[in-house]
Amino acid sequence: MITLENVSKSYTNDGTPALNNVSLHINKGEFVFIVGDSGSGKSTMIKLLLRELVPSSGRIIVNGVDLSKLRRGKIPKYRRNIGCVFQDFRLLKDRNVYENVAFAQRVIQTPTKKIKKNVPQMLSLVGLPEKYKSKTKELSGGEQQRVALARALVNNPPILLADEPTGNLDPRNSWEIMKLLEEINRRGTTVLVVTHNREIVNAMRKRVITVKKGVIVSDEEKGEYIDD
Amino acid sequence: MISTLGYVFKQGFKNIFRNKIFSLATVATISACIFLFGLFYSMVENVRYSIQKAETNVAVTVFFNEGVTEAQIMQIGDAIRARSEVSSVEFVSASDAWESFKVDYLGEYADGYEGDNPLEGSENLEIYLKDVSKQSELVTYLESVEGVREINHSDVTANILTQFNRLLSYVSLGIVGILLAVSVFLISNTVAMGIAVRHEEIGIMKLIGATDFVVRSPFLIEGILLGLIGAAIPLVAVYYIYINIIEYAAQHFVILNDLLQFKSTREIFSVLIPVALILGVGLGFVGSFITIRKRLRV
Ligand SMILES: Nc1ncnc2c1ncn2[C@@H]1O[C@H](COP(=O)(O)OP(=O)(O)O)[C@@H](O)[C@H]1O
Ligand SMILES: [Mg+2]
Repeated sequence: MITLENVSKSYTNDGTPALNNVSLHINKGEFVFIVGDSGSGKSTMIKLLLRELVPSSGRIIVNGVDLSKLRRGKIPKYRRNIGCVFQDFRLLKDRNVYENVAFAQRVIQTPTKKIKKNVPQMLSLVGLPEKYKSKTKELSGGEQQRVALARALVNNPPILLADEPTGNLDPRNSWEIMKLLEEINRRGTTVLVVTHNREIVNAMRKRVITVKKGVIVSDEEKGEYIDD
Repeated sequence: MISTLGYVFKQGFKNIFRNKIFSLATVATISACIFLFGLFYSMVENVRYSIQKAETNVAVTVFFNEGVTEAQIMQIGDAIRARSEVSSVEFVSASDAWESFKVDYLGEYADGYEGDNPLEGSENLEIYLKDVSKQSELVTYLESVEGVREINHSDVTANILTQFNRLLSYVSLGIVGILLAVSVFLISNTVAMGIAVRHEEIGIMKLIGATDFVVRSPFLIEGILLGLIGAAIPLVAVYYIYINIIEYAAQHFVILNDLLQFKSTREIFSVLIPVALILGVGLGFVGSFITIRKRLRV
């Protein structure tokens, strides 16, 4: 599903690269944690997968698409294969919950009829069926992240990327979001989660890839959060 | 597709209201620009029209030395007719001249002159021009023709009118040009503001996989709408001003009626409306396009 071959990324010409010769492979349907200190290159990896950035060298293949051969005009289509959520939720603050989720379908030209059917379904899946009229800024952090998840999933992407999705949440909400991600994975979506949450990583017993200063230092099935 | 177009248009509209002050300033500038354009256009068109009307009445009259025969005059007339700036040449015999003089100036008192023609020897050629600005050229030529005694022409009105109109065209083009540039600048700034305000939303759209079309169109529509509104307002204003001026002139400056010929509202506005609207849309398009190209790359 996701393959990185000797991928390096430098933001500047001099100094150390944010990612240094990284290779990894993630199969369809896997659930993978990516952990590592702040500044180790995790978000850079996410941005490369979203084709927000291009690698300085190496090859990235996602869902059969070689990103180095992806033309500019094809990027939007490609991104529709990937749902993503972030630490800061990135919701539209001036619109309600329903509109935030519908937005994802509107901008990719889904017929209104389908939107009306899909959005409530997604909101039930993330456990917010009643809040569709609320403005997003009136919601708790946990609820906001659920809305973001609903938006990421409403277009049915085969891959979900989550960059520190629980970074702004209390332990209870963090657990609920992680459980939701696990449920989404169980339904067939390949899930990649960047996190600092040691407790959850150690409890969930998933594949854990540890990055340190731009290099993968450990990659284990049913792994644990590794400290220095 | 329908829902996307709906989204695109709705966002375009919303953008305008999201930064009201900038939108207002932009519409005001475009309005000023199109308003002046409309005024200048109507003025230049009407002056041009008046000149055209006047030109058909302005003639150069050539008188000949005694002894020049009618046949010779006809020959000279043919040579003049062959010139490019000349539209027609008419031979006026002494008796023709007298007849028209009687009609024009004497009326019923003409009876006393029965029998003899006081304008004997006044046979002449009346030359009508296609282009009044070439009049002095023609006069120079006529002065060189053998047998010509006198050349009457009234270059004053025609030339002044032509020059005034030319000046007016240049000045208006200059002012409208400057305002056009200012309008484009303001539109592109208003759109840039909109893009800055919606920076986050644009980022999200791109992540979700919105095409350039969907990301950019609202801003293009914003610019075009600003241009359209900015063009529509002054059109209405110029329309009312125009019909009022025509009416006022017709009532209060009857003497001018011969000199100043107004084109009908329909004639003026059948050109002005489409041109102004296209100008408005064009301004909006160019202004927003410049910004979008600069700031909205995926
Ligand atoms: N846009 C950027 N320009 C320059 N350097 C950057 C940029 N983004 C990230 N970096 C650097 O790249 C390294 C990795 O950053 P990042 O991928 O955000 O780490 P993480 O997400 O693991 O905390 C850091 O040293 C960071 O300072
Ligand atoms: Mg990060």
